Amino acid sequence: MSGSPTKRDGVLEAWGRVSRPAAEVLGEDIEAITEGSPLSRGLGRSYGDSALPARIGGSVSTTTLADRLIAFDPESGELHAEAGLSLREIFRIFLPRNFYVASTPGTSFVTLGGMVAADVHGKSHHSAGTIGRHVLGLKMRLADESIVWCTPQERSELFWATVGGMGLTGHILEVRMRLERLPSPWIWSRSERVPNLKVLIAKLHETAKTWPMSVAWIDTTSTGDKLGRGILDVGRWAEPGEAPSEPPRQKPRITMPDIFPRWLINPVTIRMFNFLWYWKHWQPRREGVVHPEAFFYPLDMLARWNRAYGRGGTFTQYQCVLPMGNDEAPVEFLKLLQSLGGDSFLTVVKDCGPEGQGTLSFPREGISLATDLRLGPKTQGIVDALNAFVIAEGGRIYLAKDMLTRPADYAAMDPRVEQFMNVRRRFDPELRLRSAQSVRLFGDPPEVS
Amino acid sequence: MRKVVFVGATKGMGRALSRRMAERGDRLFLLGRDSEELGKAATDLSVRGKGESVAHGALDLESPDGFDAALDAADAALGGFDTVVITAAMFATQEKLEEDADFALRLLRVNFAHTVALCENARKRLLARGGGTLCVFSSVAGDRGRKPVAIYGASKAGLSHYLESLDHKFRAQGLVTICVKPGFVKTGATAHLSPPPFAGEPEPVAEMVLRAIDRGTPLIYAPSIWRLVMLAIRHMPRAVMRKVGF
Repeated sequence: MSGSPTKRDGVLEAWGRVSRPAAEVLGEDIEAITEGSPLSRGLGRSYGDSALPARIGGSVSTTTLADRLIAFDPESGELHAEAGLSLREIFRIFLPRNFYVASTPGTSFVTLGGMVAADVHGKSHHSAGTIGRHVLGLKMRLADESIVWCTPQERSELFWATVGGMGLTGHILEVRMRLERLPSPWIWSRSERVPNLKVLIAKLHETAKTWPMSVAWIDTTSTGDKLGRGILDVGRWAEPGEAPSEPPRQKPRITMPDIFPRWLINPVTIRMFNFLWYWKHWQPRREGVVHPEAFFYPLDMLARWNRAYGRGGTFTQYQCVLPMGNDEAPVEFLKLLQSLGGDSFLTVVKDCGPEGQGTLSFPREGISLATDLRLGPKTQGIVDALNAFVIAEGGRIYLAKDMLTRPADYAAMDPRVEQFMNVRRRFDPELRLRSAQSVRLFGDPPEVS
Repeated sequence: MRKVVFVGATKGMGRALSRRMAERGDRLFLLGRDSEELGKAATDLSVRGKGESVAHGALDLESPDGFDAALDAADAALGGFDTVVITAAMFATQEKLEEDADFALRLLRVNFAHTVALCENARKRLLARGGGTLCVFSSVAGDRGRKPVAIYGASKAGLSHYLESLDHKFRAQGLVTICVKPGFVKTGATAHLSPPPFAGEPEPVAEMVLRAIDRGTPLIYAPSIWRLVMLAIRHMPRAVMRKVGF
């Protein structure tokens, strides 16, 4: 019967296991927990400092207990829910009813609010865009504590600044979103081994014409003719005739214990893992019906996989998009990464469709690369060098993954920041809503004045 | 398909359990104090359910005078319920209860005397129609006298005691009584406390409880590791309990 929100002093951790002392405010009543708060946080899947407090020990509202459904219209597919609802719940409830989000990131452990704040994209980006394209309205608590609705039509500037705005324009309280109607809740997928990155990119462009979903994993340790060899996965929702009659059940998860030494992930094991992952796909090509969880969220079956980096081990993910036009750029990027010694356990390549309307939305037409990097003394230098390359190519990085980009580099990549800051200042003149990331990248003051 | 009266569906473990019930097609009637919160919970459950909308009525565990009317309303809405679930209770830390004697008295009434009174009312109704299921959330805090839960634990010890007796006495007449003893579960009610080892999440607890309701398991610890933890704690010598802080 305890109804009021409670505050707990502790440490908040990002997915890359970087952490910061924080006062976490938790509770079922999302309006109560966000009152007076400088930042909201969902399931904490952003890798870097986007969901960490601006100041050491600052408060952050965690929305995960505010997860009620408010309405669902099976005619239009319109879902209205509180912002703490997880994608995993949407999967569990709506997939058996042949509905799902049109755009999903690579994990289902994200909240609706987090998906909007990062304007997430996924395998369907080239056909369905980011999640922002499917959002119909947002109920928000603004910096002046007022609670308003914004939609693509009403308060549209605020709406589009919030889509991809990393929670800096206001707290997202409720989301109205259109779910996609599916022919069946199963996936028809085709995967194939591809000898190098150049061929892979050609194939990504080619398959994009006929397949609504695609992604590739590449081996970052191979060189020469085999540089960036990988596995290309394409898919679509299966037709009723192809799919099993029972809806897919959510698979049980194994939780990774926090017992690994920090040296477990090293250049040798990374090379071994990449080699095995490539040859695990021993047939040149596979095709058939697969479980949607295996297709979208292969890593979700291992809860807390970030513990593989060892006790006290931290990591980041470098994700950038290189614009369309220069298909050599991803190859050069990979060569640069190798020359910098950026050994990566898992690297993902995806062709992106046209840019979304979110003011700071990450994807744009081109090739996106995402690569995991252990945090160490060399990492800042690697990120700086990669950023210089991305700036020269006219690309940009993804805020939900970033931890180390310097403000001048970010400004050089993304001229839209100015417009974003204008909208922020209009609704929040003192920049009361802020995160560790906004202090680092946008120059927000760390202390509230 | 069950016809369930649910006291405490708006939050925490009650929220998770009522959702599982609605999703598999059980019919629900929610009881509680805050009609706005009940309305939101009922909407959430209706969207999750298989078509039928979930109704709710007023019940305040601090006012036993209203129990009869509340269960009448539930009976009318469901056409005679066959299952009663009570997850609602009060909780506070020992420090708070030691400081605030009035609050401590309220907690003892709600968690023990009034919950028993509500169970008695429901028991009579269920027995009159040939039986049913009564599932009540007690706590591992009632398993042993311990420093941090002297008052809260006492209220739950009394409740567990009552529930066990009920099961012994009326099982043969068709009344299945289920006592759930959750260990530390991460919900809004425990959000201000640092989770100890073996802390659980509400969803797996809900699934365990649902299985127990269907099978008629009279006593469950959730998460199940707490059965072992409490076994050890129950057998600890008094001299040791006096020394340790938990």
